[in-house]
Amino acid sequence: MKDFIIPDRDMGTPAVHSDTIVSLTVDGIKVSVPAGTSVMRAAAEAGISVPKLCATDHVSAFGSCRLCVVAIDGMRGTPASCTTPVAEGMVVHTQTDDIARIRKGVMELYISDHPLDCLTCAANGDCELQDMAGAVGLREVRFDPGANHFMQREAGALNPEYRPKDQSNPYFTFDPAKCIVCSRCVRACEEVQGTFALTIEGRGFDSRVSAGMESDDFLSSDCVSCGACVQVCPTATLIENKVIEIGTPEHIVKTTCAYCGVGCSFDAHMRGEEVVRMVPSRDGKANRGHSCVKGRFAWGYTSHGDRQTQPMIRENIQDPWRVVGWDEALDFAASRLRQAQSDHGRDAIGVITSSRCTNEETYLVQKLARAVFGNNNTDTCARVCHSPTGYGLKTAFGTSAGTHDFDSVDDTDLALVIGANPTDGHPVFASRLRKRLRQGAGLIVLDPREIDLLSTPHMGEGLHLPLRPGTNVAVLTALAHVIVAEKLYDEEFIRSRCDWDEFMAYAEFLADPRHGPDEVEKLSKVPADLIRRAARAYALAPRASIYYGLGVTEHSQGSTTVMAIANLAMMCGNIGVPGTGVNPLRGQNNVQGSCDMGSFPHEYPGYRHVSDAATRTIYERVWGVPLSDEPGLRIPNMFDEALAGRFRGLYCQGEDIVQSDPDTSHVTSALAAMDIVIVHDLFLNETSNYAHVFLPGSSFLEKDGTFTNAERRINMVRRAVTPRNGHEDWEITQMLANRMGAGWNYAHPREIMAEIAMTTPSFSGVSYDLLDREGSVQWPCNADAPLGTPLMHVDGFVRGKGRFIHTEYVATEERTGARFPLLLTTGRILSQYNVGAQTRRTDNVVWHPEDVLEIHPSDAENRGLRDGDWVRVASRSGETTLRARITERVAPGVVYTTFHHPATQANVVTTDNSDWATNCPEFKVTAVQVSPSNGPSEWQEEYRHHSEIARRILPEAAE
Amino acid sequence: MTLTANSADIRERLDAIVALHRDREGPLLPILHDIQAEWGYIPQEAQPVIAAALGLTRAEVHGVVSFYHDFREAPAGRHVLRLCRAEACQSMGADALADQLRAALGIDFHETTPDGRLTLEPVFCLGLCACAPSAQMDQRLVGRADLAKLTRLVAEVGA
Repeated sequence: MKDFIIPDRDMGTPAVHSDTIVSLTVDGIKVSVPAGTSVMRAAAEAGISVPKLCATDHVSAFGSCRLCVVAIDGMRGTPASCTTPVAEGMVVHTQTDDIARIRKGVMELYISDHPLDCLTCAANGDCELQDMAGAVGLREVRFDPGANHFMQREAGALNPEYRPKDQSNPYFTFDPAKCIVCSRCVRACEEVQGTFALTIEGRGFDSRVSAGMESDDFLSSDCVSCGACVQVCPTATLIENKVIEIGTPEHIVKTTCAYCGVGCSFDAHMRGEEVVRMVPSRDGKANRGHSCVKGRFAWGYTSHGDRQTQPMIRENIQDPWRVVGWDEALDFAASRLRQAQSDHGRDAIGVITSSRCTNEETYLVQKLARAVFGNNNTDTCARVCHSPTGYGLKTAFGTSAGTHDFDSVDDTDLALVIGANPTDGHPVFASRLRKRLRQGAGLIVLDPREIDLLSTPHMGEGLHLPLRPGTNVAVLTALAHVIVAEKLYDEEFIRSRCDWDEFMAYAEFLADPRHGPDEVEKLSKVPADLIRRAARAYALAPRASIYYGLGVTEHSQGSTTVMAIANLAMMCGNIGVPGTGVNPLRGQNNVQGSCDMGSFPHEYPGYRHVSDAATRTIYERVWGVPLSDEPGLRIPNMFDEALAGRFRGLYCQGEDIVQSDPDTSHVTSALAAMDIVIVHDLFLNETSNYAHVFLPGSSFLEKDGTFTNAERRINMVRRAVTPRNGHEDWEITQMLANRMGAGWNYAHPREIMAEIAMTTPSFSGVSYDLLDREGSVQWPCNADAPLGTPLMHVDGFVRGKGRFIHTEYVATEERTGARFPLLLTTGRILSQYNVGAQTRRTDNVVWHPEDVLEIHPSDAENRGLRDGDWVRVASRSGETTLRARITERVAPGVVYTTFHHPATQANVVTTDNSDWATNCPEFKVTAVQVSPSNGPSEWQEEYRHHSEIARRILPEAAE
Repeated sequence: MTLTANSADIRERLDAIVALHRDREGPLLPILHDIQAEWGYIPQEAQPVIAAALGLTRAEVHGVVSFYHDFREAPAGRHVLRLCRAEACQSMGADALADQLRAALGIDFHETTPDGRLTLEPVFCLGLCACAPSAQMDQRLVGRADLAKLTRLVAEVGA
């Protein structure tokens, strides 16, 4: 661990949990630790550092470097302190003359095969080998120069043992010449990340770290570039290219990653205002010191050349942009918004809040709509992802959020993963789950595609139920059918926590043969036997958990699916204890927070309906204005109203609706019909092609605030760099609001959080002081739970009794037929993030330069397609072209793609079907035809043309 | 050999070997032995196939293959001559013998004669310490080895 600036010390070996406490003496100091703790860790607890090279508390003890040897009274020889467990009454000496001689001898051997170029080495000042040479008092190396791994040439001849640097990974360098073969990187790849991409090849003097096989380099190996190996490397062997380029950092800013809903805590290692590296925080409660390639490495977009830092305006969307000052841009925006209201009524304008921005920023944007526009026209991108989660879980349990924290996965005996691809979408959670799977927990995957989780190395057999897209409800109901038919349910739990009569009614509903596995096999294509095995495995596991993603929600029956999931968990008693629960894997860093903050048109912060007079009174009093009790427009309604000429203005913060919302041409024609579209973003995104005002945004490195992750954890975001655009995003919203007469005067986001806490019961205990002190808290955080709530529904459901809702399968209207015989479903890939606005502007493009269409070999053969061919994908809504990848990961009849690249625009083909309850679009099911193609579709050509026109910026006048 | 194109039969044989052992406890070494028996070495292209079948990664398989010197990553010559380099044999002049043998054959350890007939390998103890220095030509053990004896054996196998 390059931990010279990391305040929390490496304890050498991982913490052990035990109820038995053992007392021992280390160098005369008494210390008590849980049984099973290593002597090394016990010494560290006593404040004593035992020299070490191969040990780090990220991975289990290995005992290879022999530097940590100690003397123990009554024990023969000099045992390694990292692999020796403590015993009651043990007396340990970490420094004796004998031990000093042994350690010096070991260090001499290490240094005899290590270059002594410390002054020009990238790890200078940050090298554990250097530190240990100092710690053992190494003053000479008695060995003559001989065979070694570090000299390129010896006496003029090439050194056969020398290997050049591997610079194939864009973010870090592997320099075998500096390697001491401590195996930390190999063990971190296995134990922390779970990818097993590294190994030690050969043996003895030939031992070397190898990524993949002989023919592989880091890039071609299984390496997913999570950086765990770089983090644990004690030397400069694996080191960030930024450190090589810049040098060692001098201070740390603790903050939170701005990518997915895992919400990893990070230490931004800074030099002045420059980020040198991002290191996942060891005390981060969501990530426990781990990260993925996006969080650790893909932050270069914040200083990318495409980043816009000045406000711009234009009369209409065919004009080139004109760079203006903040005053002119905000005046223009405010007057056009007010004009739209005076011409078309108070309800003619609205906002879209961002799931990428902070809670405080989101709160202000919805407040802008409610208190300043005077309507409830606020919605958020959660509409297009997890709105059914909110609705479904609130109906069943009483809260719109996941039930457990990520730590709970350590206790689960079986994970049922539905419509999610954690290794790509939520990689750090996936690593934690994989660790549990290697320990023997079971895995059931309900997904049309064979996801990577199923090929977790060293895992037992996982069950894969490859269902037809759109049949989630049928399959989940069939699982419940089996559980009830075979009486595998938890009667005691149901009787005490739910309504027994209601359950009996549901059981009666389930008993119908149409919900049985044999009938469901016909429509879902999942073999009935697999359904039965999965149902039994879930019901019989002592603690079974459910994790699900957008493959559940983005369907016409998204809300029903969420309720079916809740039913399953309740009937098996899998709620309220660690290792169980219903946990949505939320897509964006703050999608939970943006929902919590009242972004939806019908709900104030804390999920309280706008028609609720008591809540409305609170806000009317605090905000000092009368508020509307009518729910506002949802995003799809905004588009429909715009096309009808009644909705004329939109302030869209940090979301690219043109690329992320379904049926792109519907979206673009709606935007083109508005009088004023304000885009507030880092980049001229696809939506800005239809905007009149562009307000440059600030990145997560440039602002203070909070994000709330998938486990309801409120994490601090701290400003590490001055905003390149001059203002944090909340300031910009405030300036716009004040131009419209709001009279806000927040001086810091902590004041906004204070207002949120004052007005929202589930947040009443939250304050920046508390967050600074605790690191993070999980809501509800109030007088009953002053330090937050890791597990919900422990003794009873929030709503009282858990509710069983009947889950009738209704087939989507989107059906395959002769014209569109295949079902398209969409997803994400590890290296790219959503619409790719950020990751496409980093070196992550080496892993995924374009979107491809996965198609089964038999479907490809029928169409005469070869791997890599250009294909046209057409649906009832539109068509696009991309390259085909032929693979058996998808079933016959199903095709799959990602939506990271605007040139592909997968959403041109998705339809405007949506969830019955929440209007969440049915991204995951589109009937399509695939045919050979020789170039971009007509739509792609037209769109490219418009993009070029719409992105022009007038040169600033030369003075 | 590549296992991707035009090698369906090789892939079939490989799959059969994997299937034969995959349900045993510790299936990797028996699989590698069978593959080496079949093709004379462990083709790199076989490693991902084995890995996928056993729930391992190709890095791990590579780690095992490269750990054991007897698993070859390239085919050997038709005959293999092993010369012991361990302590007992060294004390009886094995190092000098090694130098003479390498000069006589014109190849170094781990190398194969240009005609592909003979590969020279070092080995660390054949259990013949009493008759050091010792060697092994293919399956045949040789005690009290010297240059004359070894070159005669090499000539006998036609290399």
